[in-house]
Amino acid sequence: MAVLAPRPPTTWTGRLRWTLVDGLTLVGRELSRLRQEPGELIVSLVFPAIMVLLFGYVFGSAIQIPGGGDYREYLMPGLFAMVSFTSAMSVTMKVATDASRGVMDRFRSMPMARSAVPFGQTGADVLGGLLGLVIMVVTGLVVGWQPHRGLWPTVQAFALLVLFRYAMSWAGCYLGLVVKNEQTADQLLPLSLPVTMLSNAFVPTGGMPAWLRTVTEWNPVSALTASSRELFGNPGVPAGHTSWPLEHPVATVLLWSAALLVVFVPLSVRTYQRKGR
Amino acid sequence: MDDPIVVAEGLHKNFGDTRALRGLDLAVPAGTVCGVLGPNGAGKTTAVRILATLADPDAGHARIAGHDVVAEADRVRALIGLAGQYAAVDEKLTGRGNLRLFGRLSHLSRRDAHRRADELLERFGLMEAADRRAGGYSGGMRRRLDLITCLILRPRVLFLDEPTTGLDPRSRGEIWDAIRELVTDGTTVLLTTQYLDEADRLADDIVVIDHGRAIATGTPDELKATIGDRLDVVLEDAALLGGAASVLAGLAGAEPVPDPESGSLSVPLARGGIRLADVVRELDRAGVAAADVGLRRPTLDEVFLRLTGRPAEDDPAPDQSVETAPAKETV
Ligand SMILES: Nc1ncnc2c1ncn2[C@@H]1O[C@H](COP(=O)(O)OP(=O)(O)OP(=O)(O)O)[C@@H](O)[C@H]1O
Ligand SMILES: [Mg+2]
Repeated sequence: MAVLAPRPPTTWTGRLRWTLVDGLTLVGRELSRLRQEPGELIVSLVFPAIMVLLFGYVFGSAIQIPGGGDYREYLMPGLFAMVSFTSAMSVTMKVATDASRGVMDRFRSMPMARSAVPFGQTGADVLGGLLGLVIMVVTGLVVGWQPHRGLWPTVQAFALLVLFRYAMSWAGCYLGLVVKNEQTADQLLPLSLPVTMLSNAFVPTGGMPAWLRTVTEWNPVSALTASSRELFGNPGVPAGHTSWPLEHPVATVLLWSAALLVVFVPLSVRTYQRKGR
Repeated sequence: MDDPIVVAEGLHKNFGDTRALRGLDLAVPAGTVCGVLGPNGAGKTTAVRILATLADPDAGHARIAGHDVVAEADRVRALIGLAGQYAAVDEKLTGRGNLRLFGRLSHLSRRDAHRRADELLERFGLMEAADRRAGGYSGGMRRRLDLITCLILRPRVLFLDEPTTGLDPRSRGEIWDAIRELVTDGTTVLLTTQYLDEADRLADDIVVIDHGRAIATGTPDELKATIGDRLDVVLEDAALLGGAASVLAGLAGAEPVPDPESGSLSVPLARGGIRLADVVRELDRAGVAAADVGLRRPTLDEVFLRLTGRPAEDDPAPDQSVETAPAKETV
């Protein structure tokens, strides 16, 4: 059988097509990996459900929502936001692993579309994330959470969560390309947790000291949580005057996502293509 | 014969203050195996990375089949395969999954990618392990998978950076067989190695590099001829080493190296040589009984030592975990 390497495309439409096809192949790679590791798949599906139950019933028994309301109704938007934010680290981990195992160099030495690898890795993360999101939604519905404002705001809320996750996955991708080392990436992993804790995701910020409150109000996780609460019609929407990001949470999330994409898409693509370490 | 398929001219590459390459020249004729030998840090990996378009030289040029590795990197990538210093396999996929993935990324149709994967697994003896995760493969199997992943598109030039480092003798033999088989297909192979016997067995031509430059080039035989033959004498009585040494020094005009443990002596011979009969007679006259007298071609180790002033790397223990250790330096 004669196997010939197809000529790399020379037109920009051809290149775009290669980028898409290669990106999809890399998405498929993530799916095949999951098939090889049913254990990992189950853990990644069960984990969100466990979090809902754990946070919902452990914190829920102790925390009072200002203005009243069910804690689990209050919690779900925070959990959605937390997952959107921390998922970046799993992209970092995958990219760093590829870089340290030489797989990245193999990609680079092949006649592939040059930006396919970062696009494929981030795309795969978002698609994988949708599955986790569905599980969380189902578990949330089971424990009594629900969107109250009808279809359109609900769709908007999920769109924001997915958009922010996608933007974060580019930041994670860049980080992975820079550290290039599994172990370092592994050590960075827990750092994302405090960031999600310094927000309004799990506890009301009202009782915090002033400086800490300022930090939490400007944390994008807080804006994402607040936008979800508002659009789902869940309790905990800040009353009265707070800071700009929490008064305009939807705009804030859009701005953060745009900023992350504008900065990290070109940076990641450039770093991936850079040669001659 | 047409132009060499791999050509490097005056390659320079610096990493900060480290001058990894300082004017490296290479020429590999199509269809041959070129062995690049050099001690640690000689610049082997750097040279391979440049030839495989993963790094750009600071100065100098390199061409693969007439295409410049910098200006026409995409054309070059379609012609080459690269197996780096550490096996680059996706450990979470099966062997077959790896081959299919890289086949698809090479823009084969799904059907062709699947067919090619099976063909390669069959031909290189990995069919039985095809549906196991590559993470569970032995070092040798992983290397073989890495190697055949490069073959999906039948590259015209294959770069192998230390393909058998850290493998046990049987796995090394399997990799050698695979490389020989490729050459019969007409693939040109450039391999770096620290094992001199590997270069001796596989390479048509050897380039010895040190401090980023080629310091000797030739067939294994030519390189051995540059330092002349040696005379080895084994004595029946090790106590007579001293007497034997002075006899041999007189005959060969060089100082013999005694090995008291085995009761033997070895002396380099000037070109033109010496008659074995003379050696036996002179030893006899001095009252030294020889158990064995022989002329010997030098080993590549001796050539290497002479050229670089350093012995070649000791073979790492076969069970060393070079293979699975995450690489600081990839390729
Ligand atoms: N990315 C890098 N940054 C800094 N220095 C580097 C880099 N890559 C290589 N070097 C240096 O360049 C020199 C040549 O390295 P190279 O890896 O090419 O040697 P090598 O012959 O492959 O050695 P080995 O047998 O250990 O694999 C070494 O001194 C090395 O430390
Ligand atoms: Mg090396």
